[in-house]
Amino acid sequence: MAERPLSPHLSIWKWGPAMLVSILHRVTGDGMALVGLPVLLWWLGALASGPEAYDQFTTIATSWYGYVVLAGISWAFFNHLCSGVRHFVLDIGAGYEVDRNNRWSVVTIAGGIVLTAAFWAAIVLL
Amino acid sequence: MGQGTALGRVRALGSAHEGTHHWLLQRFTAAGNLLTVLFLAVSFVALPDLSYATVRAWLGHPLPALALALMIVSVFWHARLGLQVMIEDYVHGASRFAAILLLNLAAFAGAAFGLLSLVRIVAGATAETAAAAAAAAQVQQALQGMMGGGMPQ
Repeated sequence: MAERPLSPHLSIWKWGPAMLVSILHRVTGDGMALVGLPVLLWWLGALASGPEAYDQFTTIATSWYGYVVLAGISWAFFNHLCSGVRHFVLDIGAGYEVDRNNRWSVVTIAGGIVLTAAFWAAIVLL
Repeated sequence: MGQGTALGRVRALGSAHEGTHHWLLQRFTAAGNLLTVLFLAVSFVALPDLSYATVRAWLGHPLPALALALMIVSVFWHARLGLQVMIEDYVHGASRFAAILLLNLAAFAGAAFGLLSLVRIVAGATAETAAAAAAAAQVQQALQGMMGGGMPQ
C-alpha cells in the first residue's frame, strides 16, 4: 500500500456546529449500518418465520433496553436524514457563508431531535 | 519515503477514477432511502398496531412489499458505500483490503436475507389467500348441494 501524504493540519481545529453535524452524520450513519440493519433483518426474519419468532422479537424490542435501542435507531435515522438533506443543499453550492452554515447546522441537529420526538409521539398517540 | 519533492512522490500514484461514481451512487441511494424509509416510518405510525397478524397482512399487499424490497436494496447499498468510506479513513494496509472484502460479503448477505424474508412473507400471504379461496369454494359447493335438495354428505 502506497504511503500517501496526510493532512498536516490534523491538530489545528476549533469546535463549530458544522463539525458536530459532520461527526454526527458519520456516527449515525455507521451506527445504523452496524446496529439498525441487524435489527431490521431480525424483525423481517422473525416476521417470516412465524408468530413464535415474532413474539421473541417483540418481547425484547419492547423491553426497556429494547426501547433504548429503537429510540437510538430512530434518532440516528432522523438526524442522518436532516444532515443528509443538508449535504444535498451544500452539493448545489449553497449555504457556505459562515453565519448561514452555522445556523443551518444547528437547525439540522435540532430537526433530528424534533422529528424523533414527533415520531414517537405519533406512535403512542395515534 | 523515496526522494524528490512532496508532489513528485505522489504524482504517479494517481486516483482510482471511482470517486465520482461512488459519490453519485451515495446520493442516488440516499434519495431512495429518504422515500422508502419514510414510507416505513409513516406506516409504523399509520398501522393500528404492530402485531404479527397486522404486519403480515400489511406486507401481503403489493405496495408495502414493493416499498420494503426497494428499501432493502437502497439501504444496504447506501450502507455499503458509507462503511467503505469509514474503513478507508480508519483502516490501513492489508487489513483494509480484508475489511472491504468482509463489508462486501456482509452487505450482499444482509440484503439477500432481507429480500428472502420478504419473499417468504409475501408467499405465505399468497398461500393463505389461496387457502381461504379454496375453503370458500368448498363451502359454496356444500351450500349448493343443500339447496339442490340432496342431503350433505
